[in-house]
Amino acid sequence: MTSEPEHWTFLLGRLGPNAIPNEPIVWVTFAAVALGGVAVLGALTYFRLWGYLWKEWFTSVDHKKIGIMYMILGLIMFMRGFADAIMMRLQQVMAFGGSEGYLNSHHYDQIFTAHGVIMIFFAAMPFVTGIMNYVVPLQIGARDVSFPFLNNFSFWMTASGAVLVMISLFVGEFSPAGWLGYPPVSSFAYSPGVGVDYYIWALQIAGVGTTLSGINLVATIVKMRAPGMSWMKMPVFTWTSLCTNILIVATFPVLTAVLALLSLDRYVGTNFFTNDFGGSPMMYVNLIWIWGHPEVYILILPLFGVFSEVTSTFCGKRLFGYTSMVYATAAIMVLSYIVWLHHFFTMGAGASVNSFFGITTMIIAIPTGAKLFNWLFTMYRGRIRFELPMMWTVAFMLTFTVGGMTGVLLAVPPADFVLHNSLFLIAHFHNVIIGGVVFGTFAAINFWWPKAFGFRLDPFWGKVSFWCWTVGFWFAFMPLYVLGLMGVTRRMRVFDDPSLQIWFAIAGFGALLIAAGIGAMVLQYAVSIINRDKLRVDGDPWDARTLEWSTTSPPPEYNFAFTPVVHDLDAWAEMKKEGVQLPSEGFRPIHMPKNTGTGIILAGIATVCGFALIWHIWWLAAVSFVGMIGTAIFHTFNYNRDYHIPAETVAATEAERIRLAAAGA
Amino acid sequence: MRDYLIGFFLSVVLTAIPFWLVMNDVIADKGTTAVIIMVFAAVQVVVHMIYFLHMNGKAEGGWTLMAMLFTILLVVIVLVGSMWVMYHLNTNMMPVHQMPSFG
Repeated sequence: MTSEPEHWTFLLGRLGPNAIPNEPIVWVTFAAVALGGVAVLGALTYFRLWGYLWKEWFTSVDHKKIGIMYMILGLIMFMRGFADAIMMRLQQVMAFGGSEGYLNSHHYDQIFTAHGVIMIFFAAMPFVTGIMNYVVPLQIGARDVSFPFLNNFSFWMTASGAVLVMISLFVGEFSPAGWLGYPPVSSFAYSPGVGVDYYIWALQIAGVGTTLSGINLVATIVKMRAPGMSWMKMPVFTWTSLCTNILIVATFPVLTAVLALLSLDRYVGTNFFTNDFGGSPMMYVNLIWIWGHPEVYILILPLFGVFSEVTSTFCGKRLFGYTSMVYATAAIMVLSYIVWLHHFFTMGAGASVNSFFGITTMIIAIPTGAKLFNWLFTMYRGRIRFELPMMWTVAFMLTFTVGGMTGVLLAVPPADFVLHNSLFLIAHFHNVIIGGVVFGTFAAINFWWPKAFGFRLDPFWGKVSFWCWTVGFWFAFMPLYVLGLMGVTRRMRVFDDPSLQIWFAIAGFGALLIAAGIGAMVLQYAVSIINRDKLRVDGDPWDARTLEWSTTSPPPEYNFAFTPVVHDLDAWAEMKKEGVQLPSEGFRPIHMPKNTGTGIILAGIATVCGFALIWHIWWLAAVSFVGMIGTAIFHTFNYNRDYHIPAETVAATEAERIRLAAAGA
Repeated sequence: MRDYLIGFFLSVVLTAIPFWLVMNDVIADKGTTAVIIMVFAAVQVVVHMIYFLHMNGKAEGGWTLMAMLFTILLVVIVLVGSMWVMYHLNTNMMPVHQMPSFG
């Protein structure tokens, strides 16, 4: 017979009253989140939206709806990550002249870790995956991705990881070990709490989703292109998506493996990355950057594709140097594998290793530079329309170039010995990630929103957001370059030298401007949704060039009544030039996949399993794991997977499209 | 069917030779034996891929071969790169911080 406390340990593992963080800031946040959550849930119940959400969205296998859900997930997590950023800026501007600021060191460590993890894995990745999910099948003339159910499952696994990160805010703690969780800090000896375990399992679960969606999109692009779309007639965005997803498939297993080894160290006492018994923490650093460097190209490549589409559309001409763009993308894809050591030049390697990786890093600047010139030459003598997507593209070109150049500075090993781990590095990677990924996401949202919802985004609030963001970005990050050159290291909580404070104040002001930019962006969405009837557009509001614009806005669930036939790069532009009429009769029933709840159920059980593993609730982990396998097997017996859209429905939908096009809506 | 038989025959031969090398102590130096076995193993992998997995330049429009070559390239980069990097990490370290060598 076991004693009372042991019962509890069996039942709840490490979970107990201590799990509630002893932080007034967290309590207040929790109260606000709880109130807001109750309000949202109440509203959903009051307006009877649960059935609609479940049937039309959560269980949907439509790539367009899944893409939109990815974007919503990304936006929500982006807000959370930005809240962390504001907290760090406030702490650093306060903690001078003997002041400790308002965050204790343990809390501060969790905040900078959460900021990095959330922004990369749960904001940028969902944005990128969401855009690819929405656009790629439309752009290649397909009706959906290759594996529609897998797509739904991938999304919910990503969401499950995000949920675990959010739970860690109120139950227990998050990892204090930095966004890549280097051992020995992340080992059990130095971080015995649940924080690192939240980190590991959130990333492992989300990683399943990312890998599967990578496989899905590779298969889609390889196998499902419209007839006539040979490789060199594929839109640039599809090309960059293909390269990105190949990178995902090839690198995420490395992350999974290295995190699995770290979990073995933490859970069963192996010594892969410990300081003793032959383990080496440096092996962890080496392995995680073999994943980590391709990861940054996974983030940026699709946005390079977005900028290409936007530039050629808004300059009214074919992209300059399409072939070189494709080869540059492929070159970046391969080169991104042989530069990883530049993240740890200072770890002790000799001159030959450091110079090899320094040189390969600098070489990557060449294809990237070629891309920039291609965009510039596309603009040259183009009829440029400075709509919002184009504005974001120009802002990207200016910002990203500066970030790229500081990157080349950091690629010089002797310079890196001075600048590594400093705020210069922080400024550099925010310069490329915000200037590239975030600006690119905003360009994409403004560009494809009319396609997704059938109405344009409000330009006024979009421009307010644009200027707040771009100006705010320069205010927020240029001071960090200065501070980094003066030797200020990253992740510092308090400062002694009062002369530094002014730079942190400027950076804080920049962060507030960015906050205003985000606020204006939310307003832009709200105003546009309210005024949607005034902002209605037809299928092709931008006079664009690729196939997704040949269908209605929003596209019908089957995307194309007839699979388009492609004769040229920029297929839609060519069709418009030739005056091709889309068929108006002879429609046939369309075979479509059926919605299924298995994806969200599996991911829900995975969340429970992750939570149980984090808190050492072994029985629950075992039960939920078996439950997952069982549900997956059960799903294989579901033969009710598809249906046909009747020809009459297709005919009615298409007639409406033709009527709208004739009305010139 | 013919492919499978050829593959089976080659696999048997490629397994039997290393087996014989070890069992009969044909080569005095153990290191040399190990290297030879590794080479046979690598050849065996290729045989399996060609005769059992039907890897060739034509299947799936050449995509299986492309994917295979890309995978091999990446695995080689990861393994060789890691070994080179880890072997080198002591170069600029002070003696007190010397790590056990990975080379």
